[in-house]
Amino acid sequence: MGFYKNLSIRQKQIVWAWAFLALPVVFYVVIRFYPTGNAVLISFQDWNLLGDRTWAGAENYLKLWHDPVFWKVFRNTFAYLIIGTPVSLVISFVIAYHLDKLRFMHGFLRMLYFLPFMTSAVAMAWVWRWFYQPVPIGLFNNFLAAVGIPQIEFLRSTTNALPAILAPAVWAGLGFQVIIFMAGLRAIPKSYYEAARIDGVPWWTVLFEITIPLLKPTIVFIVVFSSIGFLRIFDHVFNMTTNDPGGPLNSTKPLVLMIYQSAFTDFDMGYAAAQTVVLFLILLLVSLLQLRILRDR
Amino acid sequence: MNALRNWAMAAAASAAALFAGAANAVEIEYWQYFFDARVAAMEQLIENFEAANPDITVTMTHFPYADYRTKVAAAIPAGEGPDVVQLFYGWLNDYVEAELIQPLPTDAFPPSMIEEEFFPMVQAMKRGDAYMALPTAVRSLALFYNERLFDEAGIDGPPETLDELVEIAKKLTKRDAAGNITQVGITAGMNAQDHHWWREVLVRQFGGDPYMDDYRTVNYNSDAGFKALEFYLGLARDHGVTAFGFMDEPQAAFKAGRAGMHIDGSFRIGSLNKTRGLKWGVTELPAGPDGTRSNYSSYWVNGITTKATGEKYDAAVKFMAYVTSDEAMQIWLDVVGELPAKPSVGMTEANANDEVFGPFIRGLAYANTTKFANESGQRQILMDMVQRVDIEGQPLGASLDEAAVAEQALLDEYYN
Amino acid sequence: MTATDIRASSETLLTVEAPKKAANMGQVVRWLILFLGGIVMIMPIVYMLSTSLKWPHEVYNVNLWPKEPTIENYTFVLEDGRFYGWMINSTVIALITTASNLFFDSLVGYTLCKFRFPGRYIVFIAILSTLMIPTEMLVIPWYLMSQQFGWLDSYWGIMFPGLMTAFGTFLMKQFFETVPDDFIEAARIDGLNELQIWWTVAMPLVRPALAALAIFVFLGNWTAFIWPLIVTNSVEMYTLPVGLSSFGDEADVQWELIMTGAAISTIPTLVFFLVFQRFIIRGVVMAGLKG
Repeated sequence: MGFYKNLSIRQKQIVWAWAFLALPVVFYVVIRFYPTGNAVLISFQDWNLLGDRTWAGAENYLKLWHDPVFWKVFRNTFAYLIIGTPVSLVISFVIAYHLDKLRFMHGFLRMLYFLPFMTSAVAMAWVWRWFYQPVPIGLFNNFLAAVGIPQIEFLRSTTNALPAILAPAVWAGLGFQVIIFMAGLRAIPKSYYEAARIDGVPWWTVLFEITIPLLKPTIVFIVVFSSIGFLRIFDHVFNMTTNDPGGPLNSTKPLVLMIYQSAFTDFDMGYAAAQTVVLFLILLLVSLLQLRILRDR
Repeated sequence: MNALRNWAMAAAASAAALFAGAANAVEIEYWQYFFDARVAAMEQLIENFEAANPDITVTMTHFPYADYRTKVAAAIPAGEGPDVVQLFYGWLNDYVEAELIQPLPTDAFPPSMIEEEFFPMVQAMKRGDAYMALPTAVRSLALFYNERLFDEAGIDGPPETLDELVEIAKKLTKRDAAGNITQVGITAGMNAQDHHWWREVLVRQFGGDPYMDDYRTVNYNSDAGFKALEFYLGLARDHGVTAFGFMDEPQAAFKAGRAGMHIDGSFRIGSLNKTRGLKWGVTELPAGPDGTRSNYSSYWVNGITTKATGEKYDAAVKFMAYVTSDEAMQIWLDVVGELPAKPSVGMTEANANDEVFGPFIRGLAYANTTKFANESGQRQILMDMVQRVDIEGQPLGASLDEAAVAEQALLDEYYN
Repeated sequence: MTATDIRASSETLLTVEAPKKAANMGQVVRWLILFLGGIVMIMPIVYMLSTSLKWPHEVYNVNLWPKEPTIENYTFVLEDGRFYGWMINSTVIALITTASNLFFDSLVGYTLCKFRFPGRYIVFIAILSTLMIPTEMLVIPWYLMSQQFGWLDSYWGIMFPGLMTAFGTFLMKQFFETVPDDFIEAARIDGLNELQIWWTVAMPLVRPALAALAIFVFLGNWTAFIWPLIVTNSVEMYTLPVGLSSFGDEADVQWELIMTGAAISTIPTLVFFLVFQRFIIRGVVMAGLKG
């Protein structure tokens, strides 16, 4: 105690700061940084969890490069991103834009759009999976059959399955984006609109010249945030295709599902780790790219 | 949780010692995958076993089938997990090579006795002079049919041949105004048991042999394989008596009374019995064009893991002896519907003529057992084979060849 | 965007201004379309709930309201007891993780914000950089770690990766910026030690941010799937999403029962939302706009 008393105020602060940080620093080192390094290390090894770990060099990465399934998965992963991000961005903006102009039962409407965000992806994946079933059980196809239209294969199709799985993911995220957009819209100073109104500027000019440019930070945030989500899609795919994970014919398999299968079905730990490194690089690149494009335009 | 469990066990054990003055009970852990009837049967076996061996406690843990293999493989090297474990016969090699299980002691399980008493297919469990694992039960396939739908359609009895199967299925199929199937004549889905039916039954019935070299070389990319695939896909494409993915899963459709016929294993009996309002019958798989009969049989075995040592090992041996006893086999048959692994128990007059078990037991006589390198991988390949034709419209022959190449690659990687 | 802006915009979002002009035709149409859209949005939830109240023979009818509503499915699903256990697991795990995040994230955020000490910048950048590492990259090492230390199939095993988050730390740091340094100085002069200052002076001033963080952490852990799926072994240790997934996948489960299971795992968060709607919306805005 005497030692502590002799410290200057600044030195005391340093002691306090490191006392506060001691446990968290250990946590981040052990639970975040060490595993990151470990994942990279394992990606250069060959290990099936039962036998010995052996050095494999770049073998896992080469195997990945030559694996046709990986390239299919790669395309799927980007398909989720490239369809999911703009679709959810546009829909949520349109909803937020109009919702912002309404006052009557505003809170109630907002609640309707936001509720799906509160659901669990697993539960909703099963609900949507049921919707998509062929006649006689699926809701959508029963509606179609009721009006005499032949059924559509949603999940048992190599073309329809991916959008069908993406739909609940977009649906669940809309509420969040709507709220963010509305906050962004409210942050735009009223005076801009007043000025435009006095000048008699048409609404679309206001929209494209004032609203959207001023919303740029919000858009950047939503795009980055939702892109990362779509690139990491897993829960929906896993639960909607349990009979043939990522199927049919790998047409819905995203990278995270391939990682899961390599690691915990095939026990090819090195191969799975190599895929996680690739995922990391993709996420890094996509976020940097988006920040760049959207910030400097 | 583990610490908690250990603590609870230690507490329980010391309490027992305190009050009863008895020696510490040996506790062994048993793992199997989750399937209602199997868990119920095992609970009954454990109860009987504990009654006969008051100094041994058996705890059972079960996992969903999909995760089971992962969990076992991960736990044992970590020194966790079971002392006695249930595994699929096709996984034995992996487990032996990884030293996850140890040989059964030859004094308690003499190989000569096993070879005399058990069905011959069990001999695949022998390594060197000892057996590594033994089954309680074996299983085979049969054709389930919905009696109410048969009556409704005025069909006298189940099909005897593949041709009859198609004809009967046609009468059982129903469609709605939009042309969608609302009731299938026979279920179809490679993800369920159909891949076994195709591989071991249909290919052979069309004159082929699915594999060569002790299941190390794919051989179904032949004329027979082509015809077998043509027949199988024809059910949906030419005859329109089924739809893949109908009601998500074949057994779900049959249980819901929306399928006239359904090929499945004996393990389904228990859950069908529990389905209210379903009146069903079962018969042997239909014979091929030239009268050939075939079937697929498989089994799950129990083995002692390398984790069990000392008194736990002794307890595990006793437990193994009990679960492979005649009594255990009869309980397993009654509760799960899986067939006893010893002909002396299975082939009793009562069992072989049993309305329900009879077709399965008779099927065992001409059954083949696929030696899988990786069952789910090999199933996936056949699943993809059917989907390429069904969904993507790939020509049948091309899809068959592609599947053969893929499966051969898988086998080569495994055996070399 | 600074924290003050965020506060401002999140507050404005909640204040509803009275409509000045009379509702015109355009507004009515706009309202109707948005209302219909909103109804479509909640349809999956409504159908889930309505199907969970149907008898098996009615499940495949598209009618929204069950002809003879029944709670039979709930009795059946809850009877086997597993769902209770899963719900307890999920609740305990989400609560502990939330408490841990509230404590540590704000402590670290506060320290990084209000203290000047060597290594501050490095710690900040290091923690921030973990935001770039996807969880999926870490699950394999975490799994091996858990295997080695016997954490598999335990609450600790499910929780440990999420006890602190960089997101929460960053969020809290942003909000502590709004706490004037004078307050802290005054408290020091009053003779409070640093721990007391943080806990009794600074923390009460960032309550809204704590609420936002709590909501996000809780919801995130309540719905977390991939890691609990990997780390749990026994059915008893499952969380609700993992349990629901395996329940749905069990051979022969019927859709009305799956819908019931889905409803059971969704209803708590829906109720939670309806009760705390204001906080949650504000939390979303605050957490969302910090980026």
